Amino acid sequence: MAEPLKVISKRWDVPDGHTLDGYLRTGGWVAGRAALDMDPDAILQMIKDSGLRGRGGAGFPMGVKWGFIPRDSDKPTYLVINADEGEPGTFKDREMMERDPHMLLESMVIGAWALKSNRGFIFIRGEYLWPGVRLEEAIAEAYANGYLGKDILGSGYDFDVTLHYAAGAYICGEETALLDALEGRRGQPRLRPPFPAVAGLYACPTALNNVETVCNLGFIVEHGVDWYRSMGTEKSSGPKLFSVSGEVVRPGNYEWPLGTTARQILEESAGGMLPGRRLKFWAPGGSSTPLLTADHVDTPMDFESISAAGSLLGTTAMCMFSDKTSVVDACLNWTRFYEHESCGKCTPCREGTFWMAQILERILDGRGRSADLDILEQICDQVLGRSFCALGDGATSPIFGALKYFRDEFEHLIEHGRLPDDIEGHAGPVGDNSGRLRPAASGRPA
Amino acid sequence: MLSAELRERAHEIIGRYPGARSALLPLLHLVQVQDGHVSDEGIAECAQLLGLSKAEVAGVATFYTMLKREPMGRHLVSVCTNFSCKVRGGQEVFDRLSEHLGVGHDGTTGGGELTLEHAECLGNCEGAPVVTIDYYNYECTDPDRAVELVDGLMRGEAPPPPTRGYVPTGIRDAEYRLAGLGPRDPEAMGVAITHARASDGAVPPPASGPGAPRATLVPSLGDEDGPTGDEGGS
Repeated sequence: MAEPLKVISKRWDVPDGHTLDGYLRTGGWVAGRAALDMDPDAILQMIKDSGLRGRGGAGFPMGVKWGFIPRDSDKPTYLVINADEGEPGTFKDREMMERDPHMLLESMVIGAWALKSNRGFIFIRGEYLWPGVRLEEAIAEAYANGYLGKDILGSGYDFDVTLHYAAGAYICGEETALLDALEGRRGQPRLRPPFPAVAGLYACPTALNNVETVCNLGFIVEHGVDWYRSMGTEKSSGPKLFSVSGEVVRPGNYEWPLGTTARQILEESAGGMLPGRRLKFWAPGGSSTPLLTADHVDTPMDFESISAAGSLLGTTAMCMFSDKTSVVDACLNWTRFYEHESCGKCTPCREGTFWMAQILERILDGRGRSADLDILEQICDQVLGRSFCALGDGATSPIFGALKYFRDEFEHLIEHGRLPDDIEGHAGPVGDNSGRLRPAASGRPA
Repeated sequence: MLSAELRERAHEIIGRYPGARSALLPLLHLVQVQDGHVSDEGIAECAQLLGLSKAEVAGVATFYTMLKREPMGRHLVSVCTNFSCKVRGGQEVFDRLSEHLGVGHDGTTGGGELTLEHAECLGNCEGAPVVTIDYYNYECTDPDRAVELVDGLMRGEAPPPPTRGYVPTGIRDAEYRLAGLGPRDPEAMGVAITHARASDGAVPPPASGPGAPRATLVPSLGDEDGPTGDEGGS
């Protein structure tokens, strides 16, 4: 049986873990100092050997991704952190930046040193003001104490970080759209190739990684590849933050090795479903991953097992919903999200999400027609795989899953014009979760 | 037009990026500090500052949800209605606020006290349902408590401390932060932001020791002690 971990989340219970003092007291910058004494290529090799895969949704091997970055370019190389966490149900990067912002900065220095990059950007979604403030304060402390800027820790190596607040667009989590946004344009995805590794920010070689992904680097450097691979599975190694939300007793971020079953995380960490509610459907990695059912709850949460179960690991945001909740309502809610967030660049996604929302709306409203489900499926078919980027694919995920497993609920709505009687509506606020809240300092920091 | 003070800040922001146009989103946030929305004048000024056409700037300004084309009230109240909040009552919170305030999505109260919006996932699902004021989070709320919260704002009172964030002092102060300028009133909360500049690779780190205050971290802010714009911050 897997055990819960305290790796990425190791400082979350340290009250001053977000300050440089608290960070240094709890092992901060040990890895960074070691890395700056290492050969950059040796660090890249460790990353490759660790099997670390991207934590932002795609699961691409990080060592391979960074292997595409040319080592002999006469252009600068940039390190860009994707902190545009917007996938519905996902809140892991937010808590990491709030509680342990120095971990991200140290990890960036390690990565940038390996890439011989002297300039990094943190592209954070604008709504994340509080994690942004925590980062601002951490960046100021790091500069003032020689952990960022010129001659970091006397190594002769220079690295600068700019925190860049975005302005509210889910699509900017897509890496090429992020680059366009960071260049001051509408955040719309770019045609690939060229890939960002070769021609990214300002057409220069660019490493673009999710917050959680990069934060693994310090642990790999400090404790070694074997230690790292002792967590997780052969092909999905390492620790992972799981954001559990929905109708569970204790929603929250919980750290477990990849490959832990959804049931174990749900029951041992999140306290199971709310009293009187049974698990009906869930998304394993945010709303863009096909829905699964209670029958899948013993699936190990790793890239291979979740794919085999017919879904995607995504951001490991486990959105858990009960028998009292309508899956059609979930589909409509998420489809409206994609409709709003579609960037408009390609027709299948721009028009398709609009039509999908219209159809779901009338079904839920009791005005559904008998042909609607076929039409809905056809539209989804024409969006999936035909959109310019993954947003369109993601938009079809909840609907495909819902139609596959809960077609009877759609049919009931169309036939009777109302939801089945056992669907009761919302569960009320997370009242019993208040123990997890740590009110922030209000007013002047101590 | 941006005030002389904010215009100076604008040049400072532009100077941080290897490509000047990268400053556009921060500059549009800065326009919202000045005008409470992205005004036509603000678009023209960004275009002039960056050597872009007004159409290019308008194209960007209309793409992003947080850039508003209508003036916001003193505070921005956002209610998450995405599904992990909805199953915890987020929609009821929004509906009640909407009814109570008599404004819909993106509506502003008559006295300019606040703007209400329903938001997509705010990434705080463990505290569902979530309401934010000026992008600071109030978690685990319900319709009654949300009404209490906005009633205080309507009376012009400072809101209670959020569960995540500093006490909100107005959307324009939040926009000042979002422009990348740190706290608008450094005495009130937090330390100033430190930034790399365009010429990096490598910027000189500020000449300051541990715990050194904002004055040396952002030299041009060093002489300022209070709110810098036309709008009182607190």
